[in-house]
Amino acid sequence: MAALLTPVLAEIWLALAAMGLLMFGAFRGDRATRMISGLVVASFIIAYMLIAGPSSATTTTFDGLFVVDDFAIFMKLLVLIGAGLTLIMSLGFIRRENMERFEFPVLLLLATLGMMMMVSANDLMSLYVGLELQSLALYVVAAFQRDSLRSTEAGLKYFVLGALASGMLLYGCSLVYGFTGTTRFDVLADHFASAHGEASIGVIVGIVFIAAGLAFKISAVPFHMWTPDVYEGAPTPVTAFFSVAPKIAAIALLLRVTLQPFGDLAAQWQQIIIFVSIASMLLGAFAAIGQSNIKRLMAYSSIGHVGYALVGLAAGTSAGVQGVLVYMAIYLMMSVGAFGCILAMRRQDRMVEGIDDLAGLSRTNPLLAFAFGIFMFAMAGIPPLAGFFGKYFVFLAAIDAGLYGLAVIGLLSSVVAAFYYMRIVKVMYFDEPADPFDRPIGRELSTIVAATALFTLLFFAWPTELLRAARTAASALIP
Amino acid sequence: MTELPILSLTIFLPLVGALLIAFIRGEEAIVARNARNVALWTSLITFVLSLLLWFGFDKTTAEFQFVQRVPWMPDFNIAYHVGIDGITLFFVLLSTFLTPICILASWRAIESRVKEYMITFLVLETMMVGVFSSLDFVLFYLFFEGTLIPMFLLIGIWGGPRRVYSAFKFFLYTLLGSVLLLLAILAMYYVAGTTDIPTLMATDFPVDMQYWLWLGLFASFAVKVPMWPVHTWLPDAHVEAPTAASMVLAGVLLKYGAYGFIRFSLPMLPEASAFFTPLVFTLSVIAVIYTSLVALAQEDMKKLIAYSSVAHMGFVTIGIFSFNTQGIEGALLLMLSHGVVSAALFLCVGVIYDRCHSRDIAHYGGLVHRMPVYAFVFLLFTLASIGLPGTSGFVGEFLALVGVYQVNTWVAVLATTGIILGPAYMLWLYRRVVFGNLTKDHLKDILDMDRREIVIFAPMVIAVMVMGIYPEIFLSVIRVSVENLIVQAGGAPSVTSVATALVGR
Repeated sequence: MAALLTPVLAEIWLALAAMGLLMFGAFRGDRATRMISGLVVASFIIAYMLIAGPSSATTTTFDGLFVVDDFAIFMKLLVLIGAGLTLIMSLGFIRRENMERFEFPVLLLLATLGMMMMVSANDLMSLYVGLELQSLALYVVAAFQRDSLRSTEAGLKYFVLGALASGMLLYGCSLVYGFTGTTRFDVLADHFASAHGEASIGVIVGIVFIAAGLAFKISAVPFHMWTPDVYEGAPTPVTAFFSVAPKIAAIALLLRVTLQPFGDLAAQWQQIIIFVSIASMLLGAFAAIGQSNIKRLMAYSSIGHVGYALVGLAAGTSAGVQGVLVYMAIYLMMSVGAFGCILAMRRQDRMVEGIDDLAGLSRTNPLLAFAFGIFMFAMAGIPPLAGFFGKYFVFLAAIDAGLYGLAVIGLLSSVVAAFYYMRIVKVMYFDEPADPFDRPIGRELSTIVAATALFTLLFFAWPTELLRAARTAASALIP
Repeated sequence: MTELPILSLTIFLPLVGALLIAFIRGEEAIVARNARNVALWTSLITFVLSLLLWFGFDKTTAEFQFVQRVPWMPDFNIAYHVGIDGITLFFVLLSTFLTPICILASWRAIESRVKEYMITFLVLETMMVGVFSSLDFVLFYLFFEGTLIPMFLLIGIWGGPRRVYSAFKFFLYTLLGSVLLLLAILAMYYVAGTTDIPTLMATDFPVDMQYWLWLGLFASFAVKVPMWPVHTWLPDAHVEAPTAASMVLAGVLLKYGAYGFIRFSLPMLPEASAFFTPLVFTLSVIAVIYTSLVALAQEDMKKLIAYSSVAHMGFVTIGIFSFNTQGIEGALLLMLSHGVVSAALFLCVGVIYDRCHSRDIAHYGGLVHRMPVYAFVFLLFTLASIGLPGTSGFVGEFLALVGVYQVNTWVAVLATTGIILGPAYMLWLYRRVVFGNLTKDHLKDILDMDRREIVIFAPMVIAVMVMGIYPEIFLSVIRVSVENLIVQAGGAPSVTSVATALVGR
């Protein structure tokens, strides 16, 4: 019994916490929102401590439905950090915007639980269950500002398109099951290994559908259409959450699915990943240029970042996976920080979202402008900031794998992308000041922005820890 | 080297100063004054530290000195590895020499956001020294690209009316070149398994791969040099940048590219370098002649000097790719000379710009009547820029031409026309600005240089004269390293003849 449950301890804890807090909220009402948020963060921290620890051997449980290895641990920690930080950032926002309803933190907790299931899924069934638990919770939070037309529209759009993607994924799963007779990842891997990488056309169609479903979840081109609208419409803290935690979990899932059960079919899916990666990088770079809303811009930016992360997956090597993991960890910090800055864009107690509203921020609020500037330079991949190292390691892997064309296109598109990141710096530093934003921006928010900015700025000095952790995690996936 | 890591101190001391300035609080005027003082003292101490490097330098060896190596990303064989040799010593010195001068030059000219300005400038100094001292390719790239951030801000915040356009052009142009350099670095790592520069120098890269690597490096360095036809960002950046930023841009940043050729392209990719020599020669000769002619037509003083920089850097690249001692020594000396002279010329423009807020040549005339000291200083640097014997410019140009003459007479002949065109545009500029009658009303009460300005110019005047009259001080330090470089670049012993054969065809 103990051996059965030990690997899932953190997930069980989160599930119990979610139920308990839901009851608690039902009895105490919306006044308890702040307290429940605090308790959710606390339960994240406890889950973090349950997961983190010395690297362990791969263990499976529930008849192989659920796997815990170094890769899962690494990704879960990232998910928890992302979820925790964005939840803390949202505290001030939900209070001011009359979103103070206790379901909000609980739904985020449930979504996080779903993500942890996704990361540890070792079977097409548990994959789907985790994914849906996550998605359903997120559909609701996207529409959480009930009175806002944009927010409800975002929620509906996300739901309809998300359901379509889930359908495609499920169809893909059923095809794979139909042609191989199993849904277990390790059995699938053995199956294809004994077939020497040969696969029937049905399986390949299935893989294509699964890839399409997952591409939707990570908002990769050509399944990205929902991203700008949802990012713009959803309440800003929810957008911040969208941009990190679910993305990391979905990337983890994509890595595991492509590399473990279908690892021997690399020749089949590699071209899909390369195409998706190039398309995402280019679209992310070019489409963001014309944006005037900062949240839309961040949506395109996140599409681009997913493209860069996929470069590492396209390489299909252990070094590539390591690159993806490093990239996602750094992206997490940059993205949380950037959204923290966006959350601080309030004027007369209302959110403003135009890029022009940032004009002259360097004079009205120099520290905030400095932090935002760091995130923008880092996202553009300018050394010595953290974002550069993320790009460096994925492209290193791409060159190692001989994907020269991909590397060239990727690097050139990063120059295009640099243009719109620089545009934000330009607005903040070169333009004449507009009206100042409200101050103070709130203690939680400023702490998180400062912490992530310091991480982004000083990552170059101590990169080894993260690189080592990512290497250990990658070797769990590709021995 | 067990004692103080002087080189690392030199690199990072400006950052400490920048941090100090960041914590200055209080009234605006007091903050500005303190920021200026801290910046000046930091840069002066940095300069003194870098002088220690010179005094402690052993000129009998081509080995890297003041080496410090700390593991950084050990799993990837990337280390914090710094050190200098005869080639880089003077570039480090040039950077630390120009920074206090630039800070003094911005003493009055910069009035808004002084604190941020000084921080940016000190960060820029760290990047510059870092570029020349890095012995690890990734570390080099970090500093190389990191330079873009402070420079982008300097041009964009404190620049002229078209500053935004210029800042973006500068940033994107250089970034585009740099990512191709990054690609080459990644590919080199793939072959050699390390980014350690001394190790890479000893690595033999497959010849067919060298061509691609060379083009990757070339894309980045050619933009930085800048070579024709990718020089168009330079005039824009110069015109809009504040005086001090122009000085650093011309004085130090333009040397990145040529330094890159000397440090990376030649010793690491000798066959490809030999193969592409005709390309470099062609572009350089076009640069020398074409940009000299363009300079003749300029009406903006800064633009004129900017174009003259492109022409001068054409001589530098010609010298480097002549693959012999004279050529490379000449190129190095010309770079040092140009570093001081072009910075001084931009400062000369800055002096009258501060007074009249115009860079139009037509705006001035007859300044000699009101500003005799200024006229003298301007003349001196004009002549140094032309390459008059006795000034620093002459030795460098002469050696570079001697070097290339042995390899390819035609290149030498064509490049020499630049020596005729150079005086044409420079002296004409001088005549229009300084000589003639003082007829314009707004110049009637213009003041000559004050003590601060004279103090700024004095060290540059001395440097130019010393370099011109007794260049051996510098050449003796450079020589051993250059000879070592030629041995490395001549890994295929007949490089020179290969190059000749190719050009001769």
